[in-house]
Amino acid sequence: MATDVISESGAKSDFWQGVRLSMPVVVASAPFAVLFGALAVDNGFSVLEAFLMSALVYGGASQMVGIQLFGQHVAPWLVVLSIFAVNFRHVLYSAGIGRRIAHWPVISQALGYFILTDPQFAVAEARAQSGQTVGFAWYLGLGLPVYLFWIVESALGALFGKLIPDTHALGIDFLLPIYFLGLVMGFRKRPLWLPVVVASACASIIAYKTVGSPWHVSIGAIAGVLLAVILPPHHSGVETRP
Amino acid sequence: MSTTFWIIIAGAIATYLTRIGGHLVISRFDHIHPRVEAGLNAVPAAVLTTLVAPELLNAGPAEWAALVVTAAVSLRGGLMAMFLTGAAVLILARQFVG
Repeated sequence: MATDVISESGAKSDFWQGVRLSMPVVVASAPFAVLFGALAVDNGFSVLEAFLMSALVYGGASQMVGIQLFGQHVAPWLVVLSIFAVNFRHVLYSAGIGRRIAHWPVISQALGYFILTDPQFAVAEARAQSGQTVGFAWYLGLGLPVYLFWIVESALGALFGKLIPDTHALGIDFLLPIYFLGLVMGFRKRPLWLPVVVASACASIIAYKTVGSPWHVSIGAIAGVLLAVILPPHHSGVETRP
Repeated sequence: MSTTFWIIIAGAIATYLTRIGGHLVISRFDHIHPRVEAGLNAVPAAVLTTLVAPELLNAGPAEWAALVVTAAVSLRGGLMAMFLTGAAVLILARQFVG
């Protein structure tokens, strides 16, 4: 009985400790949630659809890619494939975090993987590496506020997006390329970043001119990934790990 | 149900597979081939680049200015700083060159 009380209050304080750590992520992601909602409506989504996408997909960059391609009237299966491609990095997060949360009940693990975003992985992995246990209450405290704010702000952005009269003057139509360039630059410390970016850029421009949209996305991406696979491993910096 | 709805559902399933798949599949292997790992590492930059590069073909002075400033700010600032600066440059430049 006494241990129940202790573990329960321990879980509670773990939860709130996670919530405190989530606050910077909530603040940083808020503009993107609002932006996603506004752009989704601009690309032909309804407010409900924008809300649903945020609630079910819950991956900022992939949602932006999805609505961008949807707005270009790309074939549905290719929109889904692109969402999958952009989110593919989660496979690595998933493989990494698996050993940290293996002691949770299966249902908790299933939920934990659903909210496994970039910051969620980064913060949880940092906690694990500092020698602390990644508990479910702490992990939920870290992830739940980000999720709830994300979906509410997406819906607000969608409602607000309907009210914008001149999207060109406000630059709404070109905000996504700026945002994606920012994400590309964010990966610049990775091995082979420049060769991959140059290969993907050239291949996608050539494909855009010849084969046409939307194939330039897949062709350009394959060119960059193939280059990374083909180049000798000592260039890609993956063989130096213990 | 609309096409949009099914895109969202399929996109959600595909995304969840990436989030649980690494644990289910990759963690069964003790060792990932370095070339496969190098390829996986290249995925985000490769995909995202294809969404920016073709835009350069249609970009005018305002768009170029915004992208150059965004890239420059990214060397120092975080994602938020560079996005807001790039957007500000774009909106400002479009008031003059449309």
